[in-house]
Amino acid sequence: MGSNMAECHPVAFRWPMKAKLNGAKLIHVDPRFTRTSAVADLHVPIRAGSDIAFLGGLINYVVNSRRWNTDPFFKEFVVNYTNAATIINKDFKDTEELEGVFSGLGSFSEPPGWPYNGFQGRYDTASWQYERDPKPPGPKTEDLIARRAGPPFDDLVRSLKPGPAHRDPTLQNPRCVFQILKRHFGRYTPEMVEQVCGSPKDKFIQVAEALLANSGRDRTSAFAYAVAWTQHTYGVQMISCCALLQLLLGNVGRPGAGVMALRGHAAIQGSTDVPTLYHSIHGYMNAPSALRPHESLRAYMAAETTPTSYYGNTPKFLVSYLKSMYGAAATADNDFGYDWHPKILGDHSHIATFAAMAEGKVKGMCCVGQNPATSLNGSATRLALRQLDWLVVKDNWLTETATYWYQAPEVKDGRVHSGDIKTEIFFFPSTQIAEYDGSFTNTQRMLQWHSKAVDAPGNCRTDTWFYHNLARRLKKAYAGSTAPRDQGWNNLLWEFDPDPGVKPIYPGEPDALKILREINGYMTADPHQHLPGFAALKDDGSTTCASWIYCGCYPAPDQNMSARREPDPPGVPGAHLKWGWAWPANRRVMYNRASADLRGNPWSERKRWVWWDPTFVNPPDPKTGIAPPHGKWVGYDVPDFAVTKAPDAKPKPDGIALDALSGTDAFIMRGDGRGWLFVPTGLLDGPLPTHYEPHESPVQNMLYPEHQMSPVHKVWSAGKPWNPLASVGDPKYPHVITTYRLTEMYLAGAMSRWLPWLAELQPELFIEMGKALAAEKGIRNLDWVIISSPRGHIRAKALVTDRIGVMQIAGKPIHHVGMPWHWGWAGLSTGDVVNDLTAWVGDPNVSIHEGKAFVCNVEKA
Amino acid sequence: MPEAMGFFTDTTICIGCKACEVACKNWNQLPATNGGVTELSGDSYDNTRKLDGTHWRHVKFIEQFEGPYNGRWLMMSDVCKHCVQAGCLEVCPTGAIIRTEFDTVVIQSDVCNGCRACIAACPFGVIDMNPAAGTAQKCTLCYDRMEVGLEPACAKACPTDSIQFGPIAELRTRAQKRVDQLKAQGEKRARLYGDDPNGPLGGLNSFYLLVDEPEVYGLPRDPKLPSRNLKSSGVLSAATGAVLGLVALVGLRKRRMDEIGGGGERGSEN
Repeated sequence: MGSNMAECHPVAFRWPMKAKLNGAKLIHVDPRFTRTSAVADLHVPIRAGSDIAFLGGLINYVVNSRRWNTDPFFKEFVVNYTNAATIINKDFKDTEELEGVFSGLGSFSEPPGWPYNGFQGRYDTASWQYERDPKPPGPKTEDLIARRAGPPFDDLVRSLKPGPAHRDPTLQNPRCVFQILKRHFGRYTPEMVEQVCGSPKDKFIQVAEALLANSGRDRTSAFAYAVAWTQHTYGVQMISCCALLQLLLGNVGRPGAGVMALRGHAAIQGSTDVPTLYHSIHGYMNAPSALRPHESLRAYMAAETTPTSYYGNTPKFLVSYLKSMYGAAATADNDFGYDWHPKILGDHSHIATFAAMAEGKVKGMCCVGQNPATSLNGSATRLALRQLDWLVVKDNWLTETATYWYQAPEVKDGRVHSGDIKTEIFFFPSTQIAEYDGSFTNTQRMLQWHSKAVDAPGNCRTDTWFYHNLARRLKKAYAGSTAPRDQGWNNLLWEFDPDPGVKPIYPGEPDALKILREINGYMTADPHQHLPGFAALKDDGSTTCASWIYCGCYPAPDQNMSARREPDPPGVPGAHLKWGWAWPANRRVMYNRASADLRGNPWSERKRWVWWDPTFVNPPDPKTGIAPPHGKWVGYDVPDFAVTKAPDAKPKPDGIALDALSGTDAFIMRGDGRGWLFVPTGLLDGPLPTHYEPHESPVQNMLYPEHQMSPVHKVWSAGKPWNPLASVGDPKYPHVITTYRLTEMYLAGAMSRWLPWLAELQPELFIEMGKALAAEKGIRNLDWVIISSPRGHIRAKALVTDRIGVMQIAGKPIHHVGMPWHWGWAGLSTGDVVNDLTAWVGDPNVSIHEGKAFVCNVEKA
Repeated sequence: MPEAMGFFTDTTICIGCKACEVACKNWNQLPATNGGVTELSGDSYDNTRKLDGTHWRHVKFIEQFEGPYNGRWLMMSDVCKHCVQAGCLEVCPTGAIIRTEFDTVVIQSDVCNGCRACIAACPFGVIDMNPAAGTAQKCTLCYDRMEVGLEPACAKACPTDSIQFGPIAELRTRAQKRVDQLKAQGEKRARLYGDDPNGPLGGLNSFYLLVDEPEVYGLPRDPKLPSRNLKSSGVLSAATGAVLGLVALVGLRKRRMDEIGGGGERGSEN
């Protein structure tokens, strides 16, 4: 669901096809019959944007099914490995009680410093929390912050420990998570799914039965999703809903299970790990923010550390990161330079930045490997670009972003005159991947190193060259400044030049392995002593490590683990641990403690992955000389657990981080060691997934008529003329449109539309529409069609097909159309910009736009 | 002499990604049509349309639907069949077309005089002129790669192993197992095309697993050699004339078909 894997991840799709040859059943739930559906055993049509209703229907079906209620595996997994038994605060009110919203909903007002956050509302999450015993006695966090305690910061972390949460392992307490979720999804029946999603009831039941039959001790099922689950105003909740279902089915932390995010295109996984994102620093730590209690190093630690999970080590990750930023200048006395670190003011994501840009609040922009002129709400994006003083485009070709000032549709039709655009545009020709050294991180979180194979043509330069030299020039520009705001630049550690005598791959190119070393980490006193893994990180400045999750990928100067290419031999149920290197700690299946039962035995021989070997003789501790008791977690994969912690181990009363968890707390990144069916913290739009309609929808919300859409989703530039939005059921835009990608093309086209061999495979933009709609509109195959949304209109050729079509939604026929969005005016294969139709509305958690479900009209041109 | 080598294409796991087409063009340095600036065909996702002198691999897309979402979408990567009894080889007047030590059929470009006889002789419509070279061209089964022990570029690039390369005898065993598996799973229409050494053209060294009649995939049910028309060597010239006439007819019919297809009715044929 939410993925067209065969078309968009064809190389990874090799494995579902291998599984199919081994007898696996493949199901594709999608608004279109795609190349994935073509090889699936079952395709189930679904109205774009209604996935939570479908998944919620599966949850309801599962928890009321005979199989789930009679096979003891499910209860054992769910009671012990999830928070099903945990009791929630008595003030909590569910959407069933409040007609579509949770307790705590309030309004949001934009902060004056950065009024581009777009929230339509805001939840106070206090009532979503676990019911707990009082906090244990001990030093108060505020006091420790005030007296600048630490390093070490263990006392600060310990002071954050809450009292134990209340539980009812019988799952009968009406306020336990399981009973809450059972009520929450009680109305998500197969009949309701058919009405809301347009998915035939019999096919929905086939899916539910297939999942039940293929889950349990001896079998697992996996879900794969991609951006079709993210690009919604409730995308995170779709994924959360799937995780909930998979936890109920015991399909997490086990081989052949899980919720697989299909990503990795253009190193997207890597770009969030070692982030180009605004809201996190390395390793998914939140970026210091002016809007959170982040005013000092210790305040940040207090706000961002979960004391009773592996995240209890956050101070070690953070201090090692600050050492990588500021080197020797970062000391315990100056809080490791924390005050030099920039803080965010709010939502600086893509759309928020363009919303600010449209109002003239952004002076300049570097577009590297990105083509926003064909991006979301394209005409608004280009309006924003025209407000810039300067724009840098670094790409392989003169993309639409480099040429919008004289070739955009609004320039060609005379609405905008090139001469009126004040922006100065600089173009830097860019290298391709084969022309430099570096690493890719794929969707399995696996780093794979690649070496330069050929010289780049002409003066093309790498992205690392660009930023390396930009940073050096900026450091020079700030040198000598005494302004406090410039001290981050002055103290920035930036030592990536090749060693003397080593020839760079291009003049002025940094040494890619030195960047990898900084990411992996080293002993501060000796950069040649690389860190073996994140367990070695310290909170006193003695270790330097940019990204704790990558620690261990380059453990010695002669051991670049990401360059390894040794597969396991055929026939061995291995994890290919010597192929590349996967974070964290080269682990291939996360939370794999859950692949064994409470006592540490594999759930079944067939699904053996990681287990407890009670006879294993542990070597003595090199420091103390004392050998731990016998027993160790072993298996095919790197265990995701304290390796000598026995299954019957109890939490240490005063323990922090992993010491606060027991031998059955498999979900070591969660404060209670359990997989979360109910999400008390971390999500802005509710602890349980709830069906809402897309911002633009032709139908009313059938489940919650009082709340059509997510009450806290984002609308940027609300009310501005460049972001008009359709109202519910707007007769001018009666059809559902979804946008997508094709195998033959890549992203915004810079890597495909200019290549003759790819251009001829998909030479023009098209719209896919059903035969009924085509007949109604008098449109024949290949006719030119005008597609319009409140944001604009475009032209495309019609592909009339039965692979997409009409669905009955609440008894009303709703036509679906679909358009691939790769095109623009430049290159060999050209077409209108499909994103000229999309809106600046998005998800409250991650600020992604809603490109997968909105409304449009189509007419014959 | 090495064993007979070839392709087994399992169309049931083809995902229509066209990596085979691109890998072929890349390895064999075949130009894109009109430099890549072409028009949408309107025939499903097939913008290649046919095998010819610059397209040695062609992924076909066959939409079989009875109403919205109700049906199936077949995909098949087509290529030269490397017939054991090859019509092209039979008619080539210059000896440019040879049978290699791998039992594959290869046109030697430097010996081809561009007479086009092979184009007419091929019962599968595989061969055509490469305008850049001025000679008739088709898949060589990557003869140059095979010589150094590499598999053909298309098979190497195929992400799902829909295209499998290997000794023909081994491929036939594997293919039969897959047919049996599909039949056991309820796909009664599963069958092999061109795997039978006693069948048409002595078997095809590029054979297929299909889940419908060959005609559905645009494959002739009973491909024939041009020599079947030859009563004796004495009437060769007459027969050649007839063949050429047939070619002209086929060509005309094909152009008409293309025009119809271009008119937009192809999508509803199935």
